[in-house]
Amino acid sequence: MTDVKEKGPEVTLTLPADTGNGLKTQEMIINMGPQHPSTHGVLRMELTLNGEIVTKAIPHIGYLHRCFEKHSEAMNDYAKVIPYVDRMDYVAAMNNELGYAIAMERLMDIRVNDRVEYIRVIMAELQRVASHLLAIGTFGLDIGAFTPFLYCFIEREKILDIFEKASGARLLYNYIWIGGLMNDVPADFKSDTAAFVKSFRPKIKELNDLLSMNRIFIDRTANIGVLPEKVAINYGVSGPSLRGSGVKWDLRRDDPYSIYDRFEFDVIVGKGEMGTLGDCWDRYIVRVWEMEESLKIIEQALDSMPDDGDVQEAIPKKIRPPAGEIYCRTETPRGELGYYIISDKSTSPYRIKARAPSFVNLSVLPAISIGAMVADMVAIIGSIDIVLGEVDR
Amino acid sequence: MGLLDKKYQDSNIIIVSLEKALNWARKSSLWYMQFGLACCAIEMMATAASRYDFDRFGIIPRSSPRQADVMIVAGTVTLKMATRIKRLYEQMSEPRYVISMGSCSNCGGPYWEHGYHVLKGVDRVVPVDVYVPGCPPRPEALLQGFLHLQKKIMNETLVVGINPDKPVVIQDKGGDQIDIANVDETDEHKTAQIEFPQQDVKRKKEGA
Repeated sequence: MTDVKEKGPEVTLTLPADTGNGLKTQEMIINMGPQHPSTHGVLRMELTLNGEIVTKAIPHIGYLHRCFEKHSEAMNDYAKVIPYVDRMDYVAAMNNELGYAIAMERLMDIRVNDRVEYIRVIMAELQRVASHLLAIGTFGLDIGAFTPFLYCFIEREKILDIFEKASGARLLYNYIWIGGLMNDVPADFKSDTAAFVKSFRPKIKELNDLLSMNRIFIDRTANIGVLPEKVAINYGVSGPSLRGSGVKWDLRRDDPYSIYDRFEFDVIVGKGEMGTLGDCWDRYIVRVWEMEESLKIIEQALDSMPDDGDVQEAIPKKIRPPAGEIYCRTETPRGELGYYIISDKSTSPYRIKARAPSFVNLSVLPAISIGAMVADMVAIIGSIDIVLGEVDR
Repeated sequence: MGLLDKKYQDSNIIIVSLEKALNWARKSSLWYMQFGLACCAIEMMATAASRYDFDRFGIIPRSSPRQADVMIVAGTVTLKMATRIKRLYEQMSEPRYVISMGSCSNCGGPYWEHGYHVLKGVDRVVPVDVYVPGCPPRPEALLQGFLHLQKKIMNETLVVGINPDKPVVIQDKGGDQIDIANVDETDEHKTAQIEFPQQDVKRKKEGA
């Protein structure tokens, strides 16, 4: 399936059976996780080591399998699926809700009004910033930089305040419904969001000074875990991890959903500034600059957001879609999130399948970690930014 | 306390003062195990980070169970993970406490009915000291859980305490004070071994 030669730096993987002085070496297998501070949840890695060099890495998943598909089919109501959708990628719940709502609306042929669309886009982009902040903060934490984590969380809390005012929840919102929203945004939503955007812009520069351009950080991440363009495409990697390898692919631009075709923004790609194209630093810096692009979208949306319109006017009383199937994909902070829904005209889905970006991105991990040091594994896992709730579902 | 635990027959002013000092020291440096399972782990991180700041209570994260006092079970416990949680709990050194954070680890949460792969409550594998409700609980809720745990720690004693084989009376003295004592066996206690706070006793006497 993939070209093995394109797997990062070349290393000799043959083991010296006898070192000459009568001492023999052997490969060692160690277990990383499921309780490990840097595996972002309950991922377990089985590493085969030659000294300090990883010769083989097998991710073991399933420690957070929460039966999403079973629950969706058993809930007997399409609307009751939304809380479970939230709990898949719990760091970016708004984006998950948006993907599911759009899929259902396409299946039922519902059109929502402009105010709903604009609020949804603003919420989704704010959530993208919050998710990237968490990814960047914990990535720094994994590498050993504690301070950026605290700075990132200050900003993240401000976004959560905006969400809390609108939906009442901090993390899992159940805010975007099929055909509308749970309720309208509060009166000061526009001013709050505009104030956040204004205050957050300089913080990106601060973050760059603090972490991105830090010599130690660059040494730990540049030329590590190189993911070449071809390998990334072959494995189906999406989102910032794919764009870090230089592929200009963003569903918001290439397959626009909602009203993303109305906004001007750039698709950020990695350029290999600090080392090889597609290394950990590239994947990291894509996230940093994507926050800037999200701010651009939010500003444009705030300018043209209509002030009137009932956010619940298109919500159907009883959700009973016609028989059929749909696959709908959206761009979440982690990549392409697709929902495949089969309806048999009843009140609950006959079958629902989520194409989770984290799961697909994780599959590339064994290919890019060969030849890395054990300490680099932490950087590689952090840079592909997986959420285990979404991997296991 | 460790070595001195339950070594004294009677409490006197020295022992009570010592026990207060030791309890105060123990409750003021609760090190928790940095170990997240699911969504609640993000709220746990938020509690440890800038705005809510665990550090001001002396609560700091440790990555190894050997160094930790408290285990926060933050998230859905699947059957596959349950055995690992039990092992991690056994690796912690005494005295050890467990805070169950969120609906999932309290009782299975949203997955209680159809969750064929979800453990319905972490208390089925490890003993839990404090349950924090919510899905996910707000950081304030987790902080309050810790404050409750601190109260619980302040009530620990050096004196030979209760004998679990004998009848026990727990008296709620108001505020933080709880009095736990063995009593002589009476007819009432033969039927009900453990009496809980005064309200229950009162209710029973009134015949309600």
